Amino acid sequence: MFKRLHDLRTPVSFEFEGETVTAEDGDTVAAALLAHGVRHVRDAVVSGRPRAPYCMIGACFECLVEIDGRPNRQACLTPVRAGMAVRRQSVAGGTPDGGAQ
Amino acid sequence: MKGADVIVIGGGLVGAAIAWGTARQGLGTLLLDEGDTALRASRGNFGLVWVQGKGLGCPEYAQWSLRSADRWADFAGDLMGETGIDVGHERPGGVLLNMSEDEEQANTTLLEQIRREAGNKPYEYEMMDHAQLRDLLPGIGADVVSGSYSPYDGHANPLYLLRALHTGFKAQGGRYLPGHRVESISSDGAGVTVSAAGTTFSAPKVVIAAGLATQALAAQVGLSVPMTPLHGQIIVTERTGSRLPMPTNLVRQTREGVMMLGYTVDDFGYDTATRPDRARNVALGALKAFPYLRDLRVVRSWAALRIMTADGFPIYDASDSHPGVYVATCHSGVTLAAVHALDVARWVAGEEAPADLERFSTRRFDVQEVA
Amino acid sequence: MNDSTPMHDSRVDLAIIGAGPAGLAAAITASGLGLTVSVLDEGRRPGGQIYRGIEDAPARGEQWMTLLGEDYARGLDLVKRFRASTAQYRPEHSVFDIAPDGGLGILGPDGAHWIEAERVLVATGAMERPVPLPGWTLPGVMGAGAAQTLLKSSALVPGARTVIAGSGPLVYLVARQMQTGGANLVAVLDTTPRANYRRAAPLLARAMLAGNEIRKGLAWRREVKKATPLFRTGVRNVHVEGVDAVEAVSFETGGGRGRVDCELVLLHEGIVPNTQLAMAAEADHDYDELQACWRPRLDAFGRSSAPGILVAGDGGGIAGADLAVEAGHLAALAVAADLERISHAEAVERGAAARAAIERKSALRRFLDTLYRPRDEVLAPSHDDTLVCRCEEVTAGELRQIAAMGCSGPNQAKAFTRCGMGPCQGRMCGLTAAAVLARAGGRSMAEVGHLRIRPPIKPITVGELAALDGVGPPPDAGPLLPTAPDEGTD
Repeated sequence: MFKRLHDLRTPVSFEFEGETVTAEDGDTVAAALLAHGVRHVRDAVVSGRPRAPYCMIGACFECLVEIDGRPNRQACLTPVRAGMAVRRQSVAGGTPDGGAQ
Repeated sequence: MKGADVIVIGGGLVGAAIAWGTARQGLGTLLLDEGDTALRASRGNFGLVWVQGKGLGCPEYAQWSLRSADRWADFAGDLMGETGIDVGHERPGGVLLNMSEDEEQANTTLLEQIRREAGNKPYEYEMMDHAQLRDLLPGIGADVVSGSYSPYDGHANPLYLLRALHTGFKAQGGRYLPGHRVESISSDGAGVTVSAAGTTFSAPKVVIAAGLATQALAAQVGLSVPMTPLHGQIIVTERTGSRLPMPTNLVRQTREGVMMLGYTVDDFGYDTATRPDRARNVALGALKAFPYLRDLRVVRSWAALRIMTADGFPIYDASDSHPGVYVATCHSGVTLAAVHALDVARWVAGEEAPADLERFSTRRFDVQEVA
Repeated sequence: MNDSTPMHDSRVDLAIIGAGPAGLAAAITASGLGLTVSVLDEGRRPGGQIYRGIEDAPARGEQWMTLLGEDYARGLDLVKRFRASTAQYRPEHSVFDIAPDGGLGILGPDGAHWIEAERVLVATGAMERPVPLPGWTLPGVMGAGAAQTLLKSSALVPGARTVIAGSGPLVYLVARQMQTGGANLVAVLDTTPRANYRRAAPLLARAMLAGNEIRKGLAWRREVKKATPLFRTGVRNVHVEGVDAVEAVSFETGGGRGRVDCELVLLHEGIVPNTQLAMAAEADHDYDELQACWRPRLDAFGRSSAPGILVAGDGGGIAGADLAVEAGHLAALAVAADLERISHAEAVERGAAARAAIERKSALRRFLDTLYRPRDEVLAPSHDDTLVCRCEEVTAGELRQIAAMGCSGPNQAKAFTRCGMGPCQGRMCGLTAAAVLARAGGRSMAEVGHLRIRPPIKPITVGELAALDGVGPPPDAGPLLPTAPDEGTD
């Protein structure tokens, strides 16, 4: 959905839903996902409808994702790190400890 | 002058429950409320429908709580039927957690004594050690020494409860006037007159259920209602998957999936500011009980002023000097909502008082002073 | 500059929240007057939203600076002067709690701390006004300012078919930047109400005297109009269409209903102050009818009604980056005077130029505010199905329903519907919910009031909060929390 004006200078790779995404060092997770063409980053908590980053300044909380097993991370404020595992946040982000109910 | 059969002063949980109840009795009911920033203890409510541990030295209160908890399912069903609002009531039982040997000792003594005082009336609970508790509440922390389980306990959403009561009240033909803080109550032979926001209203009956404003209003009709505000702080997390099968005194999970962490009790007068050290204590206490809460994000903390009567028990009374004026106030607006809507409303409507209601009159404070 | 040395137990004279133009200017002035200053910034580099990425910009080349424009380039000097000052810079620190007397709960990479400052300057700027319209929660809808943030921080431009719909100077600035960057901008839909032009016309002459902003804006507009396949003005009733993502935008003009296929929609209806912190500190706020937002009640130097709290920059009312610098300077002078480092007379004298600059621009501000005041449907959506609260998915219709029940304001509405109870804590729905209630009840915004803001203002985990230091140790003997159920809360 977005394209880069420059070639990558310091590429950093991480995973989104198991797929490798390569971004520029210093990108936020949200920017990296948008540049990669990812539109749907979480499900709304009531309806389950798809949602995507909206404000990019940490105000709207639409970009909540799970990063390295921790739910509810704001993708627009979190810088990419090599090897991080990012997942789409499904309804309510699973149980707090991933434990079975 | 605007008339009604009953005027209820206070649109919080106690007033709204009684007003819904009197409106359902067919009485023309007027509900006078403050504005958007009323103190409103219900907004800081933890949402327990709780019996366990209540009523030491007052078995009538233990039974009153149990009666309400028993009637809650029907009450919630009635609200659902009339308003379509699911107030999230569940009664899976509840656990009072003991976080130290001292707490275990104190709570064991407390519960045994209450059971003794109950006499031949039912009073069930079961003390469980850490291992038993772990089966009931998977994921509890190592610091949890033990806990008492009671099948009587449950929980509900206090905010939806308030909304449902207001919605049901309107549906029953009740009239709701926010922005009307009551300044005075007087009576003549014809009835009771209430003035609020420059307007006067009159009715044969008036119920004072005005939370912390109750004391001053009740004094105008010759009733002494001793109470203090208690500062209580709670923390609410984001929604998460279903994890906690039943409420505890420290943490409960709502139907929406948020974790509510409670609670502090302080006397800070009428200051409603949240305190960072209290928030820290709540978080720390919850985390010790359920370490899996660690990475959940807090989205809200809330401090509310709750009502504590001088002896902790509810107060229901009728004025001798101002016939037709009633007072109703208590600490547990959610737990007792069912009896307020069903029993207290009938009493106000003129039916016989529920058994043991006399025990909750203000006369008990006179006796104590004499003694 | 003192780069982020942990100083958790020390008390500073002035804590500044935000490293945009107001915060940086205040830090420069205050540290220059000998105050100890700590600047708390959510970002990793100074500049705030307006100068985001500014320190990295020169390395990206001249073309890049040209694309972003001279107003952006002006931030470079400010950041350099800040870096040269003695103010302590604490990047990646959010403020989750604030007390009216200057206490702050802060969260950084090393955890949560409670710090005390003699004075706190809230310089948290503005956010784009949320634009509740049908379909605005679909993936592919975002703020025009959000897209600009992606441009400044990551050099990203829209690659898909893009529509910009909205009103205000930023619409044309962003459109022009996108087009210069090679974005596929298929339509610009200007929603400025026609009636606003009539209202603003008498103010134009004085506004033009206040600076070259209007000429610059008109030039952007001409360029954008020329380069955009579909350019419409007087646009109303914008709907975003799509099932799981944006597929098209439909809209109304004098000439009937139009529709354009696209994958990305950038909405913009101006910016509004970030009032969360000032409200949490219980500073008094007034509703500004012209700017259609809440703003803290401030004196000429930025002092709020809360004793330890000042506000400068767009967070105190929208005025733009240049005046934010002046306001930051004034606030620093006020703090220096209040802490008796300079006399009040000196503060007034040193602040004279800044106050004159603010006064000079007031005619321009009035013109812009009048011209770009959003239409009523933006403030209080008329379609019942439109989501007002994105987090908890509360619709305008549901709010109107409880308004009919007698619900008196947004706090009761929050309790009844969960509107404003989600993770954004009312940032996205607070203004709209109050406007819907006001409209439904025939009352003013001042009568309806605003949400009470409670901590945490920024997210913090249970674990981080449990480890909060600086508030005294937890009780080591006796229960941490009451256990007697009679004292409980039910």
